Amino acid sequence: MPPAAQLLLLLVMLSDFAVLATTRLSGCIRALAAQGLLLGALPLVLAPLSAHTVVLALGTVAVKAVVLPRFLAWAIREASVRREVEPLVGFVASLLLGAGAVALAFGIAARLPLARMPDALLVPAALATLMIGFIVLTTRRKAITQVVGYLMLENGIYLFGLTQTASVPFLLELGVLLDVFVGVFVMGIVVFHINREIDSLDSEQLTEPAD
Amino acid sequence: MSPLSPPSPALPALPALAALAVLLLMAPALPGIAVKTKALLTGRRGAPVMQLYHDLWKLLRKRTLLNPATTWLFRAGPVAVIVSTVAAALLLPLDGRAAILSFAGDLVAFAGLLALGRFALVLAGLDTGSSFEGMGASREVTFAAFAEPGLLLCLAALALATGDLTLRGMLGAPLAAAWPRAAAPLALVGISLFVLLLAECSRGPVDDPATHLELTMIHEVIVLDHGGPDFALVLLGGALKLALFGALVVGVFAPRAGLGAAAAIAVLAAGLAAVAVGVGVVESVMARLRLSRVPQLLVGASALALFGILLLLR
Repeated sequence: MPPAAQLLLLLVMLSDFAVLATTRLSGCIRALAAQGLLLGALPLVLAPLSAHTVVLALGTVAVKAVVLPRFLAWAIREASVRREVEPLVGFVASLLLGAGAVALAFGIAARLPLARMPDALLVPAALATLMIGFIVLTTRRKAITQVVGYLMLENGIYLFGLTQTASVPFLLELGVLLDVFVGVFVMGIVVFHINREIDSLDSEQLTEPAD
Repeated sequence: MSPLSPPSPALPALPALAALAVLLLMAPALPGIAVKTKALLTGRRGAPVMQLYHDLWKLLRKRTLLNPATTWLFRAGPVAVIVSTVAAALLLPLDGRAAILSFAGDLVAFAGLLALGRFALVLAGLDTGSSFEGMGASREVTFAAFAEPGLLLCLAALALATGDLTLRGMLGAPLAAAWPRAAAPLALVGISLFVLLLAECSRGPVDDPATHLELTMIHEVIVLDHGGPDFALVLLGGALKLALFGALVVGVFAPRAGLGAAAAIAVLAAGLAAVAVGVGVVESVMARLRLSRVPQLLVGASALALFGILLLLR
């Protein structure tokens, strides 16, 4: 595996931790955008340069590092959400959970029987991003942070997909990107409406019926 | 207890002694360099770099005034700080090759000696019976509980990368050999050590060394009752601890096993100055963290070290 790819994957995992550690929504979104940029650069260093990889990289950067973070930032501004992340599990505990998730990812990756054995760090990075995305999704109270968690989950799936780049058709990848884009768009609209209806982005309040 | 490692020559190697002398003499300049950096970055002239030497000289000539409520613990604190810190310095391979004292597992002794110094200082603070000092002691110990596992994790990662259980090996030739294999984990450990340095030596963003307002202080508040030569020892101990952690960071980032003795010591001195400049830069670009956020920073540093260990175990 080229050293550049190693470095990118390490930075991806560090950006996972950055999302777990930031206390501000804008910081969270910035870390997510940085992760998107790193993910976009990955296909360029992993596979030989071709039109396919360049288009995939450009598309990924455009969607993951520019459009989605902008959209989330816009949603925060429009819905005038309070700027702090409100965790259900404390920051220290979620950092430790994240470290545990990375350990688990390395453990699982060593035992996973894969058809095409990819490079050493790719599978652990994919699993770690997936699990940390799930941690963010489940332990943060705000709807926006849950969208961030969902996007990290998707980033993990994308990374896992990269292990098979040679065999995944281009259209399928575009389809995944489109799915996510539409998904986030819908979530954004829902988030916006939640805010309009009950003046809060706290998803806990959805458990009680309002009249 | 492991026996001392193969009899080092009857006299400790001369370069190691010279490096220790450089460290001890240079230590009081490091806080001065940090303060000067901070002043220059914010457009002020700032105190002279040598300020702490003047302060120490002034304090040493003063009379010791003792709070009548204190016992011998109060006097013992500063002495224990100096002795334990210098003893910890003996374990570090300051010239990049040999430590004055070295045995298998001395990394734990290093962490333990630093903890002992802190313990003595906290006891001395509590001995005054002042509520301010009690509060400072409680803060100091709370943060230490997060910082010490981090230090041990960093040292464990170094031991794992080099396959050596002595500080002499971990920061010597085996480390230089390990860098090409394990650059990423070692860089993570180095960064983690720098964050721990900020916390352990009560620098910003964890503490604010510029203020003497009790409510915001962590480390300084424990020593409010110390004066004269006792206080000089406390200040010198603090500067030495900064130099020790600085030497650890320099040791990780610049293994000097291949250099000649004079060059290695020059690199150490330059590295220490660079670390002090780094501290000054961090202090001028970051605001002090809220007390409740400090454990988060320290756990983050430990998580980095843990991540490094995972990468090494892979």
